[in-house]
Amino acid sequence: MKRLSLIALALLVAVLGAGIFVDASAQQQAPAKAADAKPADKPADKPAAKPADAKPADPAPAKPAAAANPFNRLMIPKADRNPPPIKDGIHDPESPGTPMLQPPLDAFGGMPKSNAGNNINWVQAIKDKTINPRYDRLNPKEEPMILDLDIVREVKGFMPDVVYPHDRHTEWLDCSNCHPDIFIPQKGQNTISMAQILMGQKCGVCHGKVAFPVSECRLCHSKKKDQPKAASVSAPAAK
Amino acid sequence: MTRKFLGGVPASRSPMRLLRLVFLVFLAVIVWGSEAMAEYGDIVINNYSDKAGMRPAIFPHWFHRIRFRCKVCHADLGFKFKAGGNDINMLKIIDGQFCGGCHNGEVAWSVENCDICHSGKPNTPTQVHGNTIQKLVK
Repeated sequence: MKRLSLIALALLVAVLGAGIFVDASAQQQAPAKAADAKPADKPADKPAAKPADAKPADPAPAKPAAAANPFNRLMIPKADRNPPPIKDGIHDPESPGTPMLQPPLDAFGGMPKSNAGNNINWVQAIKDKTINPRYDRLNPKEEPMILDLDIVREVKGFMPDVVYPHDRHTEWLDCSNCHPDIFIPQKGQNTISMAQILMGQKCGVCHGKVAFPVSECRLCHSKKKDQPKAASVSAPAAK
Repeated sequence: MTRKFLGGVPASRSPMRLLRLVFLVFLAVIVWGSEAMAEYGDIVINNYSDKAGMRPAIFPHWFHRIRFRCKVCHADLGFKFKAGGNDINMLKIIDGQFCGGCHNGEVAWSVENCDICHSGKPNTPTQVHGNTIQKLVK
């Protein structure tokens, strides 16, 4: 890690020195210009020489900005997704139990993928029977009680309306998990806002913690507003 | 290194864009490399562990939901949807409550395998790893 940071720092200095760094905060751009001003009277045919000039001045302002402005702090690069427990940052590599734990990728091999959360499409995995999790603690044959009822919620903003599919939720959950504590089972009795969801209430009790996160807007906001106005209970959507 | 890199760039691609890309990748490695990257939905439970001199327990949702639907724990066993909100202790587990519903040597391995659950880094706070608020507020 230390070596990588050093390389990156050297690279940063080089880029700043050459005056071609564009994607940066104002904080980063100011020193770049200052560094540029110095070698301006020298012949410009040797860009590789400039980094050496800039080196002593730059590292200090560049580092905090780099830490505060990662390219996309919510996006994990593909190679770093689903690391084994020993490298995941919350398991203690020194615990004798950690190496005994199954690395997620060993289990995720044949499972349908998604772009968020565990990078697994859990709903699809149940539907195509890649996995068949028990519905009862002891009886592997017990079948879930599926309720096939879509609830359409017309939203105030410009986003498409929300379709809530009971079927995909009752595959996993019992009615009592949501009703009546989280959602009152009556039309018009629940006000839901994205702010609440972000703070872990309503849909956010699961979505944003274990079920797919709020970054996947269109999985819920999936019904175009220009479609014929729907009653609150619509025909089941495509399964 | 920079010079070498620039020398290897095919003429068809702008060296500036490539350099910037490489720079951003390095930046990403630095920033992300230092963070915990455990599975989405991993629960760290540290209500009593640290105080008792144990490593905090980590519950991997992904592992369990391959085997059981949410309903089994969250309806039948009575786990609330709240990290640290269940006041679990070893006595209750041995008594067959909470984790003890399955981790009893019959459905799943039993409580003598302390380190398999208690494998978290010491002093890791109770949390749902990777949850929205954790990602937005740093």
